[in-house]
Amino acid sequence: MDVILFLIFALIAVVCAINVVVQTHPISSALSLVGVMGSLAVLYLLLGAEFIAAAQVIVYAGAIMVLFVFVIMLLNAGAEARTGRSYLIPGAPLLIIFLGVMAFLVQRIFPDTTMVRFGGFTGGGPADIGHALFTTYLLPFEVTSILILVAIIGAIVLARKEIE
Amino acid sequence: MQLLDSFIFITIVKAAMVFAVLMTTLAYLQWVERKVIAHVQVRPGPYRVGPHGLLQPVADVIKLLTKEDLLPPYVNKPLYLLAPFLAMTMALLSISVIPFGPMVTVGPVKTWMQLTDLNIGVLFILATSSMGVYGIALAGWASNNKYALIGGLRSSAQMISYELPMSLAIAAPLLISNTLSLRQLVERQSGSIFQWNILHGPFPQIVSFVIFMIAAFAETNRVPFDLPEAENELVAGFHTEYSSMKFASFFMAEYSNMITVSALATLLFLGGWMAPWSVAWGSSLVPTGIFAVAGITALYHGFHAARKRDKLTLPVFGIIFLVVAGVFLLPVVQSWLLPLFWFAAKTGAILFLFMWVRATLPRFRYDQLMGFAWKFLFPVAMLNLLVTSFLVAWFAK
Amino acid sequence: MMNAVPISWFLTLSAILFALGVAGFLFRRNIITVFMSIELMLNAVNLSFVTFSYQHKEVSGHLFTFFVMVVAAAEASVGLAIILTVFKGRSTLNIDDVNSMKN
Repeated sequence: MDVILFLIFALIAVVCAINVVVQTHPISSALSLVGVMGSLAVLYLLLGAEFIAAAQVIVYAGAIMVLFVFVIMLLNAGAEARTGRSYLIPGAPLLIIFLGVMAFLVQRIFPDTTMVRFGGFTGGGPADIGHALFTTYLLPFEVTSILILVAIIGAIVLARKEIE
Repeated sequence: MQLLDSFIFITIVKAAMVFAVLMTTLAYLQWVERKVIAHVQVRPGPYRVGPHGLLQPVADVIKLLTKEDLLPPYVNKPLYLLAPFLAMTMALLSISVIPFGPMVTVGPVKTWMQLTDLNIGVLFILATSSMGVYGIALAGWASNNKYALIGGLRSSAQMISYELPMSLAIAAPLLISNTLSLRQLVERQSGSIFQWNILHGPFPQIVSFVIFMIAAFAETNRVPFDLPEAENELVAGFHTEYSSMKFASFFMAEYSNMITVSALATLLFLGGWMAPWSVAWGSSLVPTGIFAVAGITALYHGFHAARKRDKLTLPVFGIIFLVVAGVFLLPVVQSWLLPLFWFAAKTGAILFLFMWVRATLPRFRYDQLMGFAWKFLFPVAMLNLLVTSFLVAWFAK
Repeated sequence: MMNAVPISWFLTLSAILFALGVAGFLFRRNIITVFMSIELMLNAVNLSFVTFSYQHKEVSGHLFTFFVMVVAAAEASVGLAIILTVFKGRSTLNIDDVNSMKN
């Protein structure tokens, strides 16, 4: 059951990710990316990360990607023009070689002793995350709040109308 | 294996029941809304199809099903077809974590009146509602029509903006109840009306409730925040190019979202299926009383009928009401019917609020809408959350 | 019939997604798509964080993922504001045409 679920959603994720890269229209890419994020959320659930799965859908798919779709709609961005230079010929073999090396290394380094079962790890609930967030990771948490403030100010400065 | 089989069987039965009830409610909510608005505006509303227009939803469904399904030639076909499906799916998905009542015993089976209880139930509802934006935004974009595009843009901006105060308003009662599971949320509000989150705790969540309701109106694109479909500016907004069942899907998604949001408000703030006061003080007699009064009134008007046809219909309804009143007195059904009654009554009251507001308030202007969310609602929600968390921390010792 | 997934499968999936993100980042010319490829890479990394978290039965990986999400949100807001400004200035989204810093 777990294997079947993993294979289904891994396949969806990979197909959607390929779609992100090959689609010429940005809105198709954006929707494929939402598909990747949704299937990753399911995989997170499989790994026992309930809170992260919910946050993935709420923050990534529900807020960040909506922002992308919004900007694409706002700019009415059309399909990408085909420019002369194509990196596909050197790129594709390199990609495959990279993936092969990666898969080999991963298989070597992580022997199949650790198997993922649904329910094998239950420490990913909201309470656990909150506890870790406000004890061990308090400083990074506060720093991210400042980061968000900086991002808000930056976005406003960039997007405001010129007052002359 | 026996357990698994029965679990799957029970789940399928429950899902079928919830689906059937939800679909009927969706159809009749439309009728109720038309009636309520009509009576607010002193006119009778739907009256021709069936007694008091009661068969109007059936007629509407048949009309929508048999209409020609237009597919404009200039649309982006896959996305155009995906959008209503997405809106509908996301709207129906969130109902699966809503608990309608406590544990019930049907013959040998004990089960909860809820499809599934996630311990991230509240987050699940937030997630599905945030995914629902795509349905509207894509409908607007794929229609390839400027009114639809503006409608879609407006709605995505509006829903992102109002999601913030809504999440903050949801967070405050969660701090008091200290759980994200909707079932436990209700169980921690049991007792009396003073245990409900709206009145309970170190800091009553009335402000939070009001913010939640305002944000809920915006999230469901209802008047006074229905700018994505403001007909005097945008024809019909994001669903201008949709016809037949695809149009109906958006309609059903809107009403389904309304039901979800009302149910969520009931669960978060109004104590879910809990009665407002204890059975010892006679809360179990309230439904009987209400239905008895309704039945007697109907009977009275039936015997002093203003019109000829009321002589038949009103006594029939009166007798039905009286029978229902009697059913509420049976101890066998009270254990599950009473919680269901209270849940439905609270959710229904909030749904009535939706209709009341629609009949009363005019539409916002777009800049006012965004300004209201960011400059007023968001700071107030933030402040409320801050005060609540301080008080909860203070009294938690 | 195996009833559990080897942990290396998750990591391989993460590597595939990351490689696809890199490919999109390098090959595509539309600013928005390039930006989305970056998000794809971040997602791939998140998956390996959560997987490692499972392997060590430790919640830290989830926290890292959480911080990555926050950073991605901040990045998206600023990045999209920059894209809007660029588009306002030169009405193009082609990354090759935005080269005024060259020479």
